[in-house]
Amino acid sequence: MGKYIVRRLLLMIPVVVGATFLIYAMVFAMPGDPLAGRCGERPCNPAFAAKFRADHNLNDPLPIQYAKYLGNLAQGDLGETFQQVKVADELQQRYPITTRLAIIAILFELFIGVLAGVLSGIRRGKFIDNLVLVSTLIVIAIPTFVIGSLAQYAFGLKLGWFPVTVSPQATWFELLLPGMVLGAISLAYVARLTRTNLVENLRADYVRTATAKGLSRARTVGVHTLRNSLIPVVTFVGADFGGLLGGAIITERIFNIRGVGGYIFQSIHSRDGVAVVGAVTVLVIVFLFMNLIVDLLYGVLDPRISHD
Amino acid sequence: MTTTTQSRADAKAAAAHAAYQPVDGRLLDVENLHVHFHTSDGVAKAINGVSFHLDQGESLAILGESGSGKSVTAQAIMGILDVPPAKIPEGHIRYCGQDLLAMPEEQRRKTRGPEISMIFQDALSSLNPVFPVGWQIAEMFREHRGLNKSDALAQAVRLMERVSIPGAKARVKAYPHQFSGGMRQRIMIAMAIALDPAILIADEPTTALDVTVQAQIMSLLQELQQERKMGLILITHDLGVVADVADRIAVMYAGRLIETADVYTGYANPAHPYTKGLLDSLPRLDQKGQTLAAIPGLPPNLLKMPPGCAFHPRCPLARERCREERPELVEVRPGRFAACHYTEEVLHA
Repeated sequence: MGKYIVRRLLLMIPVVVGATFLIYAMVFAMPGDPLAGRCGERPCNPAFAAKFRADHNLNDPLPIQYAKYLGNLAQGDLGETFQQVKVADELQQRYPITTRLAIIAILFELFIGVLAGVLSGIRRGKFIDNLVLVSTLIVIAIPTFVIGSLAQYAFGLKLGWFPVTVSPQATWFELLLPGMVLGAISLAYVARLTRTNLVENLRADYVRTATAKGLSRARTVGVHTLRNSLIPVVTFVGADFGGLLGGAIITERIFNIRGVGGYIFQSIHSRDGVAVVGAVTVLVIVFLFMNLIVDLLYGVLDPRISHD
Repeated sequence: MTTTTQSRADAKAAAAHAAYQPVDGRLLDVENLHVHFHTSDGVAKAINGVSFHLDQGESLAILGESGSGKSVTAQAIMGILDVPPAKIPEGHIRYCGQDLLAMPEEQRRKTRGPEISMIFQDALSSLNPVFPVGWQIAEMFREHRGLNKSDALAQAVRLMERVSIPGAKARVKAYPHQFSGGMRQRIMIAMAIALDPAILIADEPTTALDVTVQAQIMSLLQELQQERKMGLILITHDLGVVADVADRIAVMYAGRLIETADVYTGYANPAHPYTKGLLDSLPRLDQKGQTLAAIPGLPPNLLKMPPGCAFHPRCPLARERCREERPELVEVRPGRFAACHYTEEVLHA
């Protein structure tokens, strides 16, 4: 197990280097001049322009620029944006908000999704099953910006149950509605995944054994079948959590949340390469760690999978 | 295991069994059992009026090809048929005089394990892959006897030792996939006998195992049966296994019993052409080099049952009467029953 973790951590290094290089190269290849519009309506003072280019290594060829960037990164320096704001500071502000939003979304999709899936699976072909199947299909079919705007209008504006937009402090309560919007589509997938796996597992031989052991229906389904059915669900939810920690551009924009997604979007817009690469590097690392945790959890849930 | 825990467990076990006492040694009485499966293609009549009985300490082998209804019969007794699609439109299954089919579900559930229990063909898929084997055995004691975790686990170790699993204490926390096929089947057996059931149903317990292991498992079952005076219902298509273990045989074909006899007379002198065909199809050393006898054709489709005797399309003795009139199961010799119009011909062949 320990050996496995070390091996996985070592494997992360080439992945992070490769991913950051790709992002760096793409930002480098973006058309446009970062100096354009920097000095108002006129071209910049040549001395300022020269200093700006030198400070940001803009005169170097791509491999040199990237090597310099990587050198700073290795020392824990994510660099400075063109506005002289440290990327690390900006992320420190925004990451807790994105994390809170992701936690709300994941809890929502996990609990409600599994509950809906189980109810639907054990009442296959009945009313509740059809209700779950149809409603999840509807949720999957509607884009997030429509669900988000509708929820904001209905629950925020009309009913007034939730704040319409999120303040810079982004409290848990303010993030409740956006979190549910963000988790809605994954919730639909979790419900369907749980249902399918439960229905499948209910036909398994070991469930017949559990019944023959004289166990109650609740125990047969709730302990014997559910444990097996949730293994793929955990994989899905774990990977989804890794994705959610990368921010949610659409949901953040609808509810005016200052999260990571919006930051990356803004930075791409203003051609701020350092900010984009810095933020994405962090996301890549978070995502890789989430994947590692999911893989380890998989081994815990299913004893047939060994990490030795 | 402390003696107090043991005696507490025994006292609980005794109290649990008190509700069911065999009447004149009779454990089980199956009477005119019918099982239908409602499928999209129509109603498949898997069992059509099966009656038999089982006494204390007796072993009954139910023989038949795949699809003859032997497993469905076992599952009906156990009450683990999927309802729907299965349906039991008629019949009684009396355990110690009480009709299991008329019982409230909760009362019936409590008979599974302490009174009647079952082992299955494929122990790998029949054990839950994500729980340790000791936990799965201990669950019987926790759910039915209310034992706490550690007492139940101690009982599990005792049972694993009883079914001769080497290093039981060390392996109680191991998972099913960490055992060999034979060891897994021993674990299934340990689980099934955990609460001292009066009836053990073994549904092809050795089919998935290789021959040397088959013999070990069968002798373990036989040993346990004699030790605990259980009634054993052995469902199998393996005639060799039957000869060693069974007291009586019941042969099924297309959802009906076609012959019942004690194992010696049944083997020596079958009363139904199907039984005779089955026995003739066994390879024999003294007929080495000759063509192996086989019953021609296939068992009938349950949705399209032939009229008259279901076996007539495959029967060497079939005549006009067999196509029109279904023979009833009648006593052809004292204690022997067969369903064939021409039993006498078979018996004298």
